[in-house]
Amino acid sequence: MTQQFYVSPEQLMKDRADFARKGISRGRSVVVMSCRDGIALVAQNASPSLHKLGEIYDRIAFAAVGKYNEFESLRQAGVRYADVRGYSYAREDVTARGLASVYAQSLGAVFTAESKPFEVELVVAEVGRSQEADHLYRLTFDGSIADEAGFVVMGGAADAVVGGLRDTWSADVGLADGVRAAARALAGAATGTAGDGDRSGTPALDPSVLEVAFLERDPDTLRGSHRAFRRIGGPELEIVLQGGQEN
Amino acid sequence: MLPDDAAAAVPRAASTSFADYLGAHHPGLLPSNRSLGPAPATSDASRLAPHATTIVSLTFPGGVLMAGDRRATMGNVIASRHIEKVFPADRSSVLGIAGSAGIGVDLARLFQVELEHYEKIEATMMSLDGKANRLAAMVRQNLPMAMQGLAVVPLFAGFDADRHLGRLFSFDVTGGRYEEHEHHSVGSGSVFARGALKKLWNPHLTEASAVRVAVEALYDAADDDSATGGPDTVRGLWPVVYVVDAAGTRRVPERELEAVAHTIIDARSSAGREA
Repeated sequence: MTQQFYVSPEQLMKDRADFARKGISRGRSVVVMSCRDGIALVAQNASPSLHKLGEIYDRIAFAAVGKYNEFESLRQAGVRYADVRGYSYAREDVTARGLASVYAQSLGAVFTAESKPFEVELVVAEVGRSQEADHLYRLTFDGSIADEAGFVVMGGAADAVVGGLRDTWSADVGLADGVRAAARALAGAATGTAGDGDRSGTPALDPSVLEVAFLERDPDTLRGSHRAFRRIGGPELEIVLQGGQEN
Repeated sequence: MLPDDAAAAVPRAASTSFADYLGAHHPGLLPSNRSLGPAPATSDASRLAPHATTIVSLTFPGGVLMAGDRRATMGNVIASRHIEKVFPADRSSVLGIAGSAGIGVDLARLFQVELEHYEKIEATMMSLDGKANRLAAMVRQNLPMAMQGLAVVPLFAGFDADRHLGRLFSFDVTGGRYEEHEHHSVGSGSVFARGALKKLWNPHLTEASAVRVAVEALYDAADDDSATGGPDTVRGLWPVVYVVDAAGTRRVPERELEAVAHTIIDARSSAGREA
């Protein structure tokens, strides 16, 4: 008969948290940034098809770092939640707050009850009609939820990227400028020149390792669509990234 | 080797259909899930709810358009003069509904969510044939209601990006799906509209002339079918027309339709003939 050793609850939770943190810190970083004309989502992602950023609903997007299978199942569950809710109530009754709180419950339940916590960190972003109405909810592996202002960085080199962005971000930065600042901070953190990645010359911004999406503030007037989420890729991303180097 | 339950998850993931998900988890929300209870076989519920009428659709080089009149009827009463029966399904397709209006409008809404849901889950658009098949499945689910008089018959049109042309599909209440060529119409006035389309359609239509053909076909349907509404110059109500081409789905503005309707009315008045 095997002997069950006593493990204190504190130790158990700490071990689980350390395990999840270790998994998340291996991943590459994601930046979600509230800008003047929308919310910019920028991820380091070499794959053009395995997305870290996704559309949830009209004005809500999802960004994640960590294990792909785990956050992908959470993303699909979020899309189902939003579509069922929007179909049975009305489209404007789908809110990021509601989704973030069900995500928090689900992550919290997995953290305490399952044999292994989710190794993921998420942001649920909702673009408002004005910048004050933007919401960025950060959810961590244990189900804790934070309502962030300005910008959020998740993933391995998060602290270095935050350092690189802190000076460049301001509330009236535009989407394209925001993407360039985020891309520079991500590239700077990856090469170890964090903190002044935007000033130490201009490191070449490689669009092939970036995944970029916008939540546009006024998609109705821009594109005649109620869906604010738009992926920026290919030639358009190159133009966005080059815009800063000409200045 | 995968454990059995993990392996079973693979075929379960084959369907990312929103309608299937609703059916499994929230069956009460499906439009076809209304039940009339045990009704006698001869019962006809069609007089209980408004009935939506004529939809016409026609192709032109580089696209397809769909138009619907604005009338819904309940027996001999006009239930609505403002109803809209043509809906954009997504960026590259539209659908129109004829038959029981309440179920039809819900079906259109479910279909819109179905396509958007697929696009978000799969990160790609569904093929045009795939969309037509999904719509056929939804119509088939409504068969028990159709047997009691609450039938919905949609018309579906979309732009096929691979073949670079507009295509249209008609359906029957059993879920049969038929690809139509050149033009098609459904609803109570469809016989008269189709007669007009046969004479007015030609393979060299421009978008503007196609809009005129569609409005004129609806005019002819309204002329002979009491359940189809013609252009209403008193209230300023014109047909709902959507155009789908490579650039996407677009609703034709009211003022253009007003001009087209007036042109047709003027031409017919000045001719001074029976038709």
